[in-house]
Amino acid sequence: MTDTDTTASTLPVARTCPHAPHAEHLRLREEAPISRVTLPTGKQAWALTRHEDVRTMVADPRFSADRTNPDFPTLLKTQQDATRALKPGMISMDPPEHGPARRAVLGEFTVKRMTAMRPRIQQIVDEHIDAMLAGPRPADLVRALSLPVPSLVICELLGVPYADHEFFQSRSAKLLNRETALEARRGVLLDLKAYLADLITTKETELPDDLLGRQIRKRRAEGGYDREDLISLSFLLLIAGHETTANMISLGTVGLLQHPEDLAAIKADPTKTPAAVEELLRYYTIVDFAPSRLATEDVELCGVQIKAGEGVVSLANMANHDPDVFADPMSLDIERGARHHIAFGFGAHQCLGQNLARLELQIVFDTLFARVPGLALAAAVDELPYKTDSTIYGLYQLPVTW
Amino acid sequence: MRIIADTNTCVGAGQCVLTDPEVFDQSQDDGTVILLNERPADVEKAREAVNICPSGALSLVED
Repeated sequence: MTDTDTTASTLPVARTCPHAPHAEHLRLREEAPISRVTLPTGKQAWALTRHEDVRTMVADPRFSADRTNPDFPTLLKTQQDATRALKPGMISMDPPEHGPARRAVLGEFTVKRMTAMRPRIQQIVDEHIDAMLAGPRPADLVRALSLPVPSLVICELLGVPYADHEFFQSRSAKLLNRETALEARRGVLLDLKAYLADLITTKETELPDDLLGRQIRKRRAEGGYDREDLISLSFLLLIAGHETTANMISLGTVGLLQHPEDLAAIKADPTKTPAAVEELLRYYTIVDFAPSRLATEDVELCGVQIKAGEGVVSLANMANHDPDVFADPMSLDIERGARHHIAFGFGAHQCLGQNLARLELQIVFDTLFARVPGLALAAAVDELPYKTDSTIYGLYQLPVTW
Repeated sequence: MRIIADTNTCVGAGQCVLTDPEVFDQSQDDGTVILLNERPADVEKAREAVNICPSGALSLVED
Protein backbone atom coordinates (compact mmCIF):
# COMPACT_ATOMS: atom_id res chain seq x y z
CA MET A 1 0.00 0.00 0.00
CA THR A 2 1.42 3.36 -0.94
CA ASP A 3 0.41 6.35 1.10
CA THR A 4 -0.22 8.93 -1.58
CA ASP A 5 -2.17 11.30 0.66
CA THR A 6 0.73 12.32 2.84
CA THR A 7 1.93 15.86 2.16
CA ALA A 8 5.59 15.75 1.24
CA SER A 9 7.63 17.85 3.61
CA THR A 10 11.02 19.22 2.64
CA LEU A 11 14.22 18.12 4.34
CA PRO A 12 16.35 19.23 6.00
CA VAL A 13 14.68 21.29 8.67
CA ALA A 14 17.02 23.03 11.10
CA ARG A 15 16.75 21.96 14.74
CA THR A 16 14.89 24.32 17.02
CA CYS A 17 15.83 22.41 20.18
CA PRO A 18 19.41 21.18 20.69
CA HIS A 19 18.28 17.63 21.41
CA ALA A 20 14.57 16.98 20.74
CA PRO A 21 13.37 16.04 17.25
CA HIS A 22 11.87 18.87 15.22
CA ALA A 23 8.08 19.35 15.37
CA GLU A 24 7.97 18.73 11.61
CA HIS A 25 9.59 15.31 12.09
CA LEU A 26 7.20 14.49 14.93
CA ARG A 27 4.32 15.45 12.63
CA LEU A 28 5.64 13.07 9.97
CA ARG A 29 5.61 10.20 12.45
CA GLU A 30 2.06 11.06 13.52
CA GLU A 31 0.95 10.66 9.92
CA ALA A 32 2.90 7.54 9.07
CA PRO A 33 6.11 5.89 10.28
CA ILE A 34 7.48 6.22 6.74
CA SER A 35 6.69 9.30 4.65
CA ARG A 36 7.42 10.87 1.32
CA VAL A 37 9.77 13.83 1.65
CA THR A 38 11.32 16.28 -0.80
CA LEU A 39 15.09 16.66 -0.75
CA PRO A 40 16.95 19.95 -1.45
CA THR A 41 17.71 18.67 -4.97
CA GLY A 42 13.95 18.53 -5.61
CA LYS A 43 14.02 14.74 -5.66
CA GLN A 44 11.62 12.70 -3.58
CA ALA A 45 12.72 10.18 -0.99
CA TRP A 46 11.26 8.16 1.85
CA ALA A 47 11.94 9.22 5.44
CA LEU A 48 12.06 6.62 8.22
CA THR A 49 11.18 7.66 11.75
CA ARG A 50 11.07 4.41 13.72
CA HIS A 51 14.08 2.74 15.33
CA GLU A 52 13.01 -0.73 14.19
CA ASP A 53 12.47 0.33 10.57
CA VAL A 54 15.91 1.94 10.34
CA ARG A 55 17.50 -1.25 11.64
CA THR A 56 15.46 -3.38 9.24
CA MET A 57 16.28 -1.17 6.27
CA VAL A 58 20.06 -1.10 6.69
CA ALA A 59 20.15 -4.87 7.23
CA ASP A 60 18.36 -5.47 3.91
CA PRO A 61 20.85 -6.05 1.07
CA ARG A 62 18.39 -4.57 -1.43
CA PHE A 63 19.34 -1.12 -0.08
CA SER A 64 22.64 0.21 -1.38
CA ALA A 65 25.15 2.62 0.17
CA ASP A 66 26.55 3.63 -3.23
CA ARG A 67 26.85 7.41 -3.00
CA THR A 68 28.20 7.60 -6.53
CA ASN A 69 24.80 6.56 -7.91
CA PRO A 70 23.08 9.75 -9.20
CA ASP A 71 19.85 8.63 -7.49
CA PHE A 72 21.44 8.31 -4.04
CA PRO A 73 19.53 10.60 -1.64
CA THR A 74 21.52 13.64 -0.53
CA LEU A 75 20.60 16.40 1.89
CA LEU A 76 22.84 18.82 0.02
CA LYS A 77 21.51 21.23 -2.59
CA THR A 78 23.25 19.49 -5.45
CA GLN A 79 23.91 15.85 -6.09
CA GLN A 80 27.31 15.01 -4.67
CA ASP A 81 29.23 15.05 -7.95
CA ALA A 82 31.97 16.84 -6.09
CA THR A 83 32.88 13.64 -4.27
CA ARG A 84 34.05 12.23 -7.61
CA ALA A 85 37.29 14.05 -6.80
CA LEU A 86 38.03 11.08 -4.57
CA LYS A 87 37.90 7.38 -5.35
CA PRO A 88 34.78 5.99 -3.66
CA GLY A 89 35.71 4.77 -0.20
CA MET A 90 34.23 2.12 2.05
CA ILE A 91 31.21 4.24 3.04
CA SER A 92 30.04 4.03 -0.59
CA MET A 93 30.60 0.30 -0.97
CA ASP A 94 28.19 -2.61 -0.90
CA PRO A 95 28.98 -6.32 -0.59
CA PRO A 96 31.14 -7.97 -1.72
CA GLU A 97 33.58 -5.00 -1.89
CA HIS A 98 32.69 -3.42 1.45
CA GLY A 99 33.75 -6.22 3.83
CA PRO A 100 37.36 -6.57 2.64
CA ALA A 101 37.80 -2.76 2.44
CA ARG A 102 36.63 -2.36 6.03
CA ARG A 103 38.53 -5.36 7.37
CA ALA A 104 41.74 -3.98 5.87
CA VAL A 105 41.73 -1.21 8.50
CA LEU A 106 39.53 -2.66 11.27
CA GLY A 107 42.47 -4.03 13.24
CA GLU A 108 43.47 -0.42 13.94
CA PHE A 109 40.16 0.30 15.71
CA THR A 110 39.53 -2.71 17.95
CA VAL A 111 38.39 -2.12 21.52
CA LYS A 112 41.81 -3.29 22.78
CA ARG A 113 43.71 -0.96 20.45
CA MET A 114 41.56 1.96 21.55
CA THR A 115 41.98 1.11 25.24
CA ALA A 116 45.75 1.11 24.73
CA MET A 117 45.46 4.75 23.64
CA ARG A 118 43.92 5.79 26.98
CA PRO A 119 47.13 7.09 28.65
CA ARG A 120 48.04 9.29 25.68
CA ILE A 121 44.48 10.64 25.32
CA GLN A 122 44.44 11.37 29.06
CA GLN A 123 47.71 13.30 28.68
CA ILE A 124 46.33 15.33 25.76
CA VAL A 125 43.16 16.15 27.71
CA ASP A 126 45.15 17.17 30.80
CA GLU A 127 47.45 19.43 28.80
CA HIS A 128 44.52 21.21 27.19
CA ILE A 129 42.73 21.68 30.50
CA ASP A 130 46.00 23.03 32.00
CA ALA A 131 46.22 25.56 29.17
CA MET A 132 42.57 26.56 29.54
CA LEU A 133 42.92 27.07 33.30
CA ALA A 134 46.03 29.18 32.77
CA GLY A 135 44.18 31.43 30.33
CA PRO A 136 41.50 34.09 30.68
CA ARG A 137 37.89 33.51 31.73
CA PRO A 138 35.52 33.00 30.06
CA ALA A 139 37.13 30.55 27.65
CA ASP A 140 35.69 29.00 24.49
CA LEU A 141 35.56 25.28 25.27
CA VAL A 142 35.35 24.43 21.56
CA ARG A 143 38.77 25.95 20.85
CA ALA A 144 40.26 25.03 24.22
CA LEU A 145 39.21 21.38 24.38
CA SER A 146 36.41 20.01 22.18
CA LEU A 147 38.13 20.45 18.83
CA PRO A 148 41.85 20.08 19.61
CA VAL A 149 41.55 16.82 21.61
CA PRO A 150 39.95 14.59 18.95
CA SER A 151 41.87 16.39 16.21
CA LEU A 152 45.22 15.70 17.88
CA VAL A 153 44.25 12.10 18.61
CA ILE A 154 43.25 11.29 15.04
CA CYS A 155 46.34 13.10 13.70
CA GLU A 156 48.64 11.03 15.90
CA LEU A 157 46.83 7.81 15.00
CA LEU A 158 46.96 8.48 11.25
CA GLY A 159 50.33 10.18 11.22
CA VAL A 160 49.07 13.57 10.00
CA PRO A 161 51.10 16.54 11.31
CA TYR A 162 48.92 18.38 13.83
CA ALA A 163 50.75 21.58 12.85
CA ASP A 164 48.50 21.51 9.75
CA HIS A 165 45.28 21.37 11.77
CA GLU A 166 44.04 24.81 10.73
CA PHE A 167 44.32 23.74 7.10
CA PHE A 168 42.14 20.64 7.41
CA GLN A 169 39.84 21.88 10.17
CA SER A 170 38.80 24.91 8.13
CA ARG A 171 38.27 22.78 5.04
CA SER A 172 36.32 20.08 6.81
CA ALA A 173 34.06 22.77 8.31
CA LYS A 174 33.32 23.97 4.77
CA LEU A 175 32.55 20.45 3.58
CA LEU A 176 30.18 19.84 6.47
CA ASN A 177 28.32 23.10 5.95
CA ARG A 178 25.25 22.42 3.85
CA GLU A 179 25.39 25.97 2.45
CA THR A 180 28.77 25.45 0.76
CA ALA A 181 28.14 25.52 -2.99
CA LEU A 182 29.21 22.74 -5.33
CA GLU A 183 32.23 24.52 -6.85
CA ALA A 184 33.58 25.55 -3.43
CA ARG A 185 33.02 21.99 -2.23
CA ARG A 186 35.00 20.61 -5.13
CA GLY A 187 37.83 23.09 -4.49
CA VAL A 188 38.04 22.07 -0.84
CA LEU A 189 38.06 18.38 -1.74
CA LEU A 190 40.83 18.88 -4.26
CA ASP A 191 42.87 20.84 -1.67
CA LEU A 192 42.49 18.06 0.87
CA LYS A 193 43.20 15.39 -1.73
CA ALA A 194 46.43 17.12 -2.82
CA TYR A 195 47.51 17.48 0.81
CA LEU A 196 46.84 13.82 1.61
CA ALA A 197 48.44 12.63 -1.65
CA ASP A 198 51.68 14.46 -0.73
CA LEU A 199 51.58 13.08 2.79
CA ILE A 200 50.98 9.51 1.65
CA THR A 201 53.63 9.72 -1.08
CA THR A 202 56.20 10.66 1.56
CA LYS A 203 55.06 7.79 3.77
CA GLU A 204 55.49 5.34 0.89
CA THR A 205 59.25 5.75 1.25
CA GLU A 206 59.55 6.49 4.98
CA LEU A 207 57.04 3.79 6.06
CA PRO A 208 56.50 5.26 9.55
CA ASP A 209 54.86 3.29 12.35
CA ASP A 210 51.51 5.09 12.13
CA LEU A 211 48.19 3.96 10.67
CA LEU A 212 48.97 5.16 7.16
CA GLY A 213 52.49 3.71 7.19
CA ARG A 214 51.17 0.38 8.49
CA GLN A 215 48.43 0.36 5.85
CA ILE A 216 50.98 0.92 3.06
CA ARG A 217 53.08 -2.01 4.31
CA LYS A 218 50.07 -4.28 4.81
CA ARG A 219 48.53 -3.48 1.43
CA ARG A 220 51.84 -3.89 -0.40
CA ALA A 221 52.44 -7.24 1.31
CA GLU A 222 48.98 -8.38 0.22
CA GLY A 223 49.63 -7.11 -3.30
CA GLY A 224 46.79 -4.62 -3.50
CA TYR A 225 48.32 -1.24 -2.70
CA ASP A 226 46.56 1.67 -4.40
CA ARG A 227 47.39 5.21 -3.30
CA GLU A 228 43.95 6.46 -4.30
CA ASP A 229 42.33 3.99 -1.90
CA LEU A 230 44.51 5.23 0.94
CA ILE A 231 43.76 8.88 0.10
CA SER A 232 40.03 8.14 0.34
CA LEU A 233 40.49 6.24 3.60
CA SER A 234 42.63 8.94 5.22
CA PHE A 235 40.16 11.60 4.08
CA LEU A 236 37.29 9.74 5.72
CA LEU A 237 39.17 9.10 8.98
CA LEU A 238 40.50 12.65 9.22
CA ILE A 239 37.14 14.35 8.63
CA ALA A 240 35.02 11.89 10.59
CA GLY A 241 37.60 11.64 13.34
CA HIS A 242 37.51 15.12 14.75
CA GLU A 243 34.30 17.04 13.97
CA THR A 244 31.93 14.40 15.29
CA THR A 245 33.62 13.83 18.65
CA ALA A 246 34.30 17.57 19.01
CA ASN A 247 30.60 18.35 18.74
CA MET A 248 29.66 15.63 21.20
CA ILE A 249 32.20 16.96 23.72
CA SER A 250 30.62 20.42 23.52
CA LEU A 251 26.99 19.28 23.60
CA GLY A 252 27.66 16.62 26.23
CA THR A 253 29.26 19.23 28.49
CA VAL A 254 26.17 21.42 28.13
CA GLY A 255 23.89 18.42 28.78
CA LEU A 256 25.72 17.41 31.94
CA LEU A 257 25.82 20.99 33.26
CA GLN A 258 22.07 21.18 32.71
CA HIS A 259 21.54 17.93 34.62
CA PRO A 260 23.52 18.44 37.84
CA GLU A 261 22.21 15.25 39.48
CA ASP A 262 23.48 13.13 36.61
CA LEU A 263 26.75 15.02 36.65
CA ALA A 264 27.10 14.43 40.40
CA ALA A 265 26.38 10.73 39.85
CA ILE A 266 29.20 10.24 37.34
CA LYS A 267 31.61 12.35 39.39
CA ALA A 268 30.88 10.20 42.44
CA ASP A 269 31.14 6.98 40.45
CA PRO A 270 33.01 7.18 37.12
CA THR A 271 31.99 3.59 36.29
CA LYS A 272 28.70 5.27 35.33
CA THR A 273 30.36 7.48 32.73
CA PRO A 274 30.25 4.97 29.83
CA ALA A 275 26.46 4.62 30.21
CA ALA A 276 26.13 8.41 30.49
CA VAL A 277 28.10 8.78 27.25
CA GLU A 278 25.73 6.36 25.46
CA GLU A 279 22.74 8.35 26.69
CA LEU A 280 24.30 11.65 25.60
CA LEU A 281 24.98 10.13 22.17
CA ARG A 282 21.31 9.14 21.94
CA TYR A 283 19.97 12.39 23.38
CA TYR A 284 21.82 14.67 20.96
CA THR A 285 22.20 12.33 17.93
CA ILE A 286 24.42 14.82 16.10
CA VAL A 287 24.01 13.24 12.65
CA ASP A 288 20.36 13.84 11.78
CA PHE A 289 19.85 12.24 8.39
CA ALA A 290 21.66 8.91 8.52
CA PRO A 291 21.80 6.19 7.48
CA SER A 292 20.64 6.93 3.92
CA ARG A 293 20.33 4.24 1.28
CA LEU A 294 19.12 3.67 -2.27
CA ALA A 295 16.69 0.86 -3.10
CA THR A 296 18.14 -1.37 -5.83
CA GLU A 297 14.97 -3.49 -6.08
CA ASP A 298 11.32 -2.95 -5.20
CA VAL A 299 11.01 -3.48 -1.43
CA GLU A 300 8.03 -3.40 0.88
CA LEU A 301 8.97 -1.73 4.15
CA CYS A 302 6.44 -1.15 6.91
CA GLY A 303 3.51 -1.41 4.52
CA VAL A 304 4.99 0.96 1.93
CA GLN A 305 6.17 -0.11 -1.50
CA ILE A 306 9.60 1.40 -2.14
CA LYS A 307 10.58 1.19 -5.77
CA ALA A 308 14.00 0.42 -7.21
CA GLY A 309 15.85 3.72 -7.65
CA GLU A 310 14.11 5.47 -4.76
CA GLY A 311 16.10 6.90 -1.87
CA VAL A 312 15.51 6.30 1.82
CA VAL A 313 16.67 8.71 4.53
CA SER A 314 16.63 7.76 8.22
CA LEU A 315 15.73 10.49 10.69
CA ALA A 316 18.23 9.25 13.26
CA ASN A 317 17.17 11.65 15.98
CA MET A 318 13.57 10.44 15.61
CA ALA A 319 14.69 6.81 15.81
CA ASN A 320 16.70 7.64 18.93
CA HIS A 321 13.62 9.32 20.44
CA ASP A 322 11.26 6.49 19.46
CA PRO A 323 8.93 6.06 22.46
CA ASP A 324 8.48 2.36 21.62
CA VAL A 325 12.18 1.84 22.28
CA PHE A 326 13.20 4.58 24.73
CA ALA A 327 10.70 5.37 27.48
CA ASP A 328 10.20 9.11 28.06
CA PRO A 329 12.61 9.74 25.17
CA MET A 330 12.86 13.53 25.51
CA SER A 331 14.43 13.17 28.98
CA LEU A 332 18.10 12.61 29.64
CA ASP A 333 18.40 9.49 31.79
CA ILE A 334 21.93 8.18 32.20
CA GLU A 335 20.62 5.00 33.85
CA ARG A 336 18.26 4.00 31.04
CA GLY A 337 20.65 1.70 29.17
CA ALA A 338 20.79 3.41 25.79
CA ARG A 339 23.39 1.22 24.08
CA HIS A 340 21.00 0.25 21.27
CA HIS A 341 20.83 3.86 20.01
CA ILE A 342 21.78 4.45 16.37
CA ALA A 343 23.87 7.59 16.86
CA PHE A 344 26.77 5.72 15.22
CA GLY A 345 24.46 4.38 12.53
CA PHE A 346 23.56 0.71 12.22
CA GLY A 347 24.29 -2.10 9.79
CA ALA A 348 27.54 -2.94 8.07
CA HIS A 349 28.58 0.73 7.86
CA GLN A 350 28.22 1.53 11.57
CA CYS A 351 30.93 4.01 12.61
CA LEU A 352 34.42 2.52 12.40
CA GLY A 353 35.77 4.92 15.04
CA GLN A 354 32.95 4.54 17.56
CA ASN A 355 35.16 3.05 20.28
CA LEU A 356 37.69 5.83 19.90
CA ALA A 357 34.86 8.37 20.21
CA ARG A 358 33.50 6.62 23.32
CA LEU A 359 36.92 6.61 24.96
CA GLU A 360 37.58 10.27 24.19
CA LEU A 361 34.19 11.32 25.53
CA GLN A 362 34.60 9.28 28.72
CA ILE A 363 38.06 10.68 29.41
CA VAL A 364 37.05 14.26 28.63
CA PHE A 365 33.94 14.27 30.85
CA ASP A 366 35.63 12.46 33.75
CA THR A 367 38.65 14.76 33.64
CA LEU A 368 36.98 18.07 32.88
CA PHE A 369 34.43 17.92 35.70
CA ALA A 370 36.94 16.50 38.21
CA ARG A 371 39.59 19.12 37.48
CA VAL A 372 37.24 22.07 36.98
CA PRO A 373 34.51 21.46 39.57
CA GLY A 374 33.20 25.00 39.24
CA LEU A 375 32.74 24.77 35.47
CA ALA A 376 29.71 26.78 34.32
CA LEU A 377 28.30 28.11 31.07
CA ALA A 378 29.13 31.77 30.44
CA ALA A 379 26.13 32.26 28.11
CA ALA A 380 22.47 31.29 28.10
CA VAL A 381 21.88 27.79 26.73
CA ASP A 382 19.32 28.95 24.18
CA GLU A 383 21.63 31.67 22.90
CA LEU A 384 24.59 29.42 22.12
CA PRO A 385 25.71 29.28 18.45
CA TYR A 386 24.36 25.89 17.40
CA LYS A 387 25.39 24.34 14.08
CA THR A 388 21.98 24.36 12.47
CA ASP A 389 23.55 24.68 8.99
CA SER A 390 25.87 21.69 9.27
CA THR A 391 25.42 18.03 8.39
CA ILE A 392 26.86 17.35 11.86
CA TYR A 393 25.03 19.18 14.64
CA GLY A 394 27.00 20.80 17.40
CA LEU A 395 28.29 24.13 18.66
CA TYR A 396 30.49 26.71 16.96
CA GLN A 397 31.51 28.15 20.33
CA LEU A 398 30.87 27.28 23.96
CA PRO A 399 31.77 30.06 26.41
CA VAL A 400 32.56 28.61 29.83
CA THR A 401 33.88 29.96 33.08
CA TRP A 402 34.92 28.45 36.44
CA MET B 1 22.35 -21.43 25.10
CA ARG B 2 25.07 -21.28 22.51
CA ILE B 3 26.37 -18.26 20.61
CA ILE B 4 27.10 -18.45 16.92
CA ALA B 5 29.36 -15.78 15.41
CA ASP B 6 29.62 -15.28 11.66
CA THR B 7 32.98 -13.67 10.99
CA ASN B 8 32.11 -13.12 7.32
CA THR B 9 29.23 -10.87 8.33
CA CYS B 10 31.01 -9.20 11.28
CA VAL B 11 32.05 -5.56 10.71
CA GLY B 12 34.15 -5.28 13.88
CA ALA B 13 32.12 -2.61 15.63
CA GLY B 14 33.30 -4.11 18.92
CA GLN B 15 29.97 -3.67 20.69
CA CYS B 16 30.00 -7.32 21.79
CA VAL B 17 33.43 -6.86 23.38
CA LEU B 18 32.10 -3.88 25.33
CA THR B 19 29.08 -5.96 26.39
CA ASP B 20 30.95 -9.00 27.69
CA PRO B 21 34.74 -9.19 27.32
CA GLU B 22 34.64 -12.64 28.98
CA VAL B 23 32.84 -14.00 25.93
CA PHE B 24 33.90 -11.83 23.00
CA ASP B 25 37.21 -10.56 21.67
CA GLN B 26 38.37 -9.17 18.32
CA SER B 27 41.04 -10.36 15.95
CA GLN B 28 43.99 -7.97 16.16
CA ASP B 29 44.51 -8.53 12.45
CA ASP B 30 41.12 -7.77 10.92
CA GLY B 31 39.02 -6.74 13.92
CA THR B 32 36.37 -9.42 13.47
CA VAL B 33 34.79 -11.23 16.39
CA ILE B 34 36.52 -14.05 18.26
CA LEU B 35 34.33 -16.17 20.53
CA LEU B 36 36.15 -16.89 23.78
CA ASN B 37 33.31 -18.95 25.15
CA GLU B 38 30.41 -20.12 23.02
CA ARG B 39 28.32 -20.99 26.06
CA PRO B 40 28.05 -17.68 27.94
CA ALA B 41 27.59 -17.69 31.71
CA ASP B 42 25.62 -14.45 31.49
CA VAL B 43 22.79 -15.07 29.03
CA GLU B 44 21.32 -11.58 29.48
CA LYS B 45 24.56 -9.98 28.34
CA ALA B 46 24.69 -12.39 25.42
CA ARG B 47 21.18 -11.33 24.37
CA GLU B 48 22.21 -7.68 24.58
CA ALA B 49 25.28 -8.37 22.43
CA VAL B 50 23.08 -10.08 19.82
CA ASN B 51 20.60 -7.20 19.88
CA ILE B 52 23.10 -4.39 19.46
CA CYS B 53 25.40 -6.12 16.96
CA PRO B 54 25.03 -3.81 13.93
CA SER B 55 25.76 -6.43 11.28
CA GLY B 56 23.63 -9.31 12.56
CA ALA B 57 26.75 -11.46 12.91
CA LEU B 58 25.68 -12.93 16.26
CA SER B 59 22.88 -15.32 17.08
CA LEU B 60 21.84 -17.40 20.07
CA VAL B 61 20.60 -20.95 19.70
CA GLU B 62 19.13 -23.32 22.25
CA ASP B 63 20.59 -26.78 22.16
